[in-house]
Formats: sequence, C-alpha cells, structure tokens
Amino acid sequence: MTEFTPLSGLLGGGLIGLSAIPLMGGYGRIAGASGIFAGLLTLSFNTEFSWRFIFIIGMLIGAAWSGLFFLDVSSLVFNGGPLTTIAAGLLVGIGTVLGSGCTSGHGICGLSRFSKRSLAATCTFTTAAVLTVFITRHMLGA
Amino acid sequence: MGKLIVFISGLLFGSGVTISGMVNPMKVLNFFDIFGTWDPTLILVVGAGLLVTLLGYQIIFKRKAPLYAQSFRLPTSQDIDAKLLGGAALFGVGWGLGGFCPGPAVASLVFGRTESITFVIAMAAGMLLTKQYQKLQQPKAGHTSS
Repeated sequence: MTEFTPLSGLLGGGLIGLSAIPLMGGYGRIAGASGIFAGLLTLSFNTEFSWRFIFIIGMLIGAAWSGLFFLDVSSLVFNGGPLTTIAAGLLVGIGTVLGSGCTSGHGICGLSRFSKRSLAATCTFTTAAVLTVFITRHMLGA
Repeated sequence: MGKLIVFISGLLFGSGVTISGMVNPMKVLNFFDIFGTWDPTLILVVGAGLLVTLLGYQIIFKRKAPLYAQSFRLPTSQDIDAKLLGGAALFGVGWGLGGFCPGPAVASLVFGRTESITFVIAMAAGMLLTKQYQKLQQPKAGHTSS
C-alpha cells in the first residue's frame, strides 16, 4: 500500500511541468529525461554533451535537497529481485530509445505540443504498464 | 546564462520527481494497479505537469527562438509507426515491472539504493545497445526500404 498524496503530487507534478519551460524558452530543448540521459552515453564531449550533463547534475541536486525535506527515503520500496530490476532497466532503455521518449518527453512535453506521436506513445506505454502490473500482480501473483 | 537556465531546469525536474513520489517504484506500481491497491496520485502529477507545461509552451512558442539558443529543437517526425509503438510498449512493460521511468530512476541515484544503481546501469546498457543497433541498420535502410 502507498497512500494517496494529492498535495505533494500536485506540487511535484507542477515542478516537473515548470522545469520544461526554462529548458524550452531559454535553451530550445524538450525536457525529456530519457533523451537527455541517453545523449550522455555517447561520451563525445561537445556542447550536446555539456548541456545534458548540467541538466542531470541539476536533477541530482534537486532530488537530494528535496529528498531531505519532502521524502522519507526509507519509504522507497522496490519491486522484485535483481533480475526483475535488470530486466526492467533493459526494457526501459531499449523502449525509450526506439520509442523516442519517456514519461516526461512524450507524456508532458509532447502532449503539451499536441504531438500525435506523443499521444500514441503515451497511451501505449501507460496501457502496457497497467497490463504488466495486472499480469504480474493478479495473474502470476508476484 | 543558457547553461544556468539548463541547470535550474534540471533542479526543478529533480525536485518535482522526488516531491511527487515518482522516485518510489511502489507508488508508481500502485498507480498502475487499478484493480488492486490503486494509488491515484500519478494522475495529479501528470495532470499538473501537463497543465503547467502546456501554458508555458503557449507563451514560449509565440517567440521565434529561445532566449539563449538559435532555434527551438523540436522533433520533425510525424509518423506513428511500429518503431514508435513497439518502443513505447517495451518501455511500458519495463515501467510496469520496475516502477521506474528514466527521470525518477536517475534522480533516485542520490538516495544510494542498490536497486536504483542496478536499474540505471541496465537502462544505460539497453539504450547503448539500441543506439548501436540503429547505427548498424542505418546504412542498409536506403537499400531495403520500399
């Protein structure tokens, strides 16, 4: 069980939405976490690398300070064992590169630009996630 | 100045995924578990995020260019193809298995849990493999596409 937390949900969501505004208005980029992170992995140290690196550093500092005040870190619960974690990570990595984005890139920024591709992707990955949880929790009983 | 803007954007994003609770995989999985221990919080997270970005973008795109760069870099592809939907489906299965999407997973590294580190390494491997595969496919695409 996790509790329904509407206030922190709205505040956190609002901040995620807010983050996309300076990145587009100031720097002309979409605040999509998978694209920004994947772009770092090329390790070609040019300007494409540096802005992504700065974004990720900001993200880590943001998580660290807000974790101190707004999050009980011991409340974080992970699903399954190491194999599940590895499989999940691989699928998320492969899927976000093939599908050109994740929750932030498609679900927030893409939908905000009224992109039909992002709408299709967001419906697809949300449905797939709901089905996966249904199968693992209610059919396999994990 | 552009780089400071990027940093602030990252700061807001990292704070948002943490405060919203998206860094907690169990909370995300409970959101997907409509027929079980449903936690609707994520609707409000995405709803609030979407509303703020949508309003912000309306103002931004009235301008011809961003303040500190030459142009807006927006995706040009319009096709809803098998690659987009297949990729999104794979991502969704991974999200439903682990409860992590890329942003919260990377942000959660600061909390020092082994599972976060394992997930992010596996995710990075998946991304690199796929990019490598796409690179190998690319020269052939010109010959095989009909």
